[in-house]
Amino acid sequence: MTTPAAPTAKIEVEGLRLSYGHREALHGISFHVKANEILGVIGPAQSGKTSLLRCLNRTIDFVAGAHVSGAIRVDGVDVRRMRDVFDLRRRIGMVAPLPVGLPMSIYDNVAFAPRCAGLTAKSDLDAIVERCLRQAALWDEVKDRIGSLGTKLSGGQQQRLTIARALSHQPEILCLDEFSIAIDPVTTMRIEDVLKELKREVTIILVTNLTQQARRLADRTMFLMAGDLVEIGPNEVVFSDRPAQRKTFDYISGLFG
Amino acid sequence: MHQPTQPDTAARRAGGAPFSQTDFGRHKIRREAVARAVFLAMTLLMVAPLVAIVTHLVVEAWPALSLEFLLDVPRERMTAGGIWPAFVGTIYLVVISLAVAAPIGVLAAVYLNEYAKDSWFNRVINLAVINLAGVPSIVHALFGLGAFVYAARFGFSVIAASLTLAIMTLPVIIASTREALSAVPMSFREACWNVGATRWQTIRGVVLPNSTSGILTGIILQVSRAAGETAPVMFTGAVLYKAVERGSLLPYYLDDQCMALSMHLYVLTTQVPNLAQSIPYATAVVLLGSVLIVNAGAIGLRVWLRNRKRW
Repeated sequence: MTTPAAPTAKIEVEGLRLSYGHREALHGISFHVKANEILGVIGPAQSGKTSLLRCLNRTIDFVAGAHVSGAIRVDGVDVRRMRDVFDLRRRIGMVAPLPVGLPMSIYDNVAFAPRCAGLTAKSDLDAIVERCLRQAALWDEVKDRIGSLGTKLSGGQQQRLTIARALSHQPEILCLDEFSIAIDPVTTMRIEDVLKELKREVTIILVTNLTQQARRLADRTMFLMAGDLVEIGPNEVVFSDRPAQRKTFDYISGLFG
Repeated sequence: MHQPTQPDTAARRAGGAPFSQTDFGRHKIRREAVARAVFLAMTLLMVAPLVAIVTHLVVEAWPALSLEFLLDVPRERMTAGGIWPAFVGTIYLVVISLAVAAPIGVLAAVYLNEYAKDSWFNRVINLAVINLAGVPSIVHALFGLGAFVYAARFGFSVIAASLTLAIMTLPVIIASTREALSAVPMSFREACWNVGATRWQTIRGVVLPNSTSGILTGIILQVSRAAGETAPVMFTGAVLYKAVERGSLLPYYLDDQCMALSMHLYVLTTQVPNLAQSIPYATAVVLLGSVLIVNAGAIGLRVWLRNRKRW
């Protein structure tokens, strides 16, 4: 199923296939993401959601035996043709499902990416650290101990630290992979509000197991199952009584998965 | 659906008091006690020879042990005086060999662990490193003789002996360094890569700072190996006797022959007639003592660094 790319497409994916050795994880999927929209991605375990994100920022390169074919274009440029893969990864903020505080101070956790990009001025770094921690709803809790270890924070705080780190390199695209599994509902809502704000500047891909989260936040939602794209469409259609595919309705209403 | 009932549960359901003992429960506790006793016994058995060796050495060496013994040169065909030339010689050999082997070993290990993909070429290198670690020291000695003494024309010298020891310790340093690097969780690296860090930025920022203790410990443990080996230095640079000044700190040039503690001990026990028994024992105590002090330092360093561990 091919969706013609709209002129404002930020990301275009065309016939993307991914296999780990003999096991194919993505069976040739095509879709596009518009600039400044939130695309929800839902689907049961092993449907290829995380693999898709790894192809997008090319961390799939680190997986031995992974083979990718098809095309992913960001602003019209194929990511696999990009010479500076580190620049690509700076343009894409990635929040992994398990919180990872790097074994350094909270400040250094957030300043790590700007430093890697060559930023050294203390005042600039200070500003970035504060802005990102505020956006990740963590600033008030840690502003008095910004020099203490990121790994000593609680799970939920580390998850927000991960979000702050993903924002620290001013990405154009933000990918969130199950960002809320370690966070309480109140904080989750605060971050969701931040995401709605961020939408003006960045394009967001939101992978989630909470179908209601996709319904709340996303403009369009994509349903993946076992490496196939079942359906992609505006939320009004996907979450309606009559989505294009029967399977989508069954999954969202909890009949399976 | 029928589930097999576990013995403990069955007994409880049969109406015993909540914590009453069943046959199975009694056996379980007895087996636990036996297992514990066996493991403890083996641990004590392991410590016993060490204590016995150290005690025996110190008791036998006692009459000869003194600061003078350490600082003086051998006199009267080695039947009197001290061991200073051999002591300094061993320090020379160990320091130079590790100064060569440690940087090469650590950098190679970083390459193998952080950069190398799983390819045919890298598998061969891995295999070579593992097998090199298992080569007997006498074979290294022969290699050192051929490569450094003759082919490289260093002659019998401190530098030839040190390089031979370096070749010998290198594969073990590579292996221990890789071990230390692998102990840093993969998720840290992935988090760095996700924000656009290069491999080197990841290594410098996260991997190395968190594996220093393991890397240093691995290197320091090689001190005892380099200090203790006899064959490699005997073939390549250590000699029976070399006249140096008492207490002199820089008695050797790199192309000089030198004395070494391990070699000296071998000479004392096999080549010197009418020797007071306490002298070889005292030599052994100095060798063992220096190695133990260095190892204790390594353990201290490890504890200190581990207390600073950050996850």
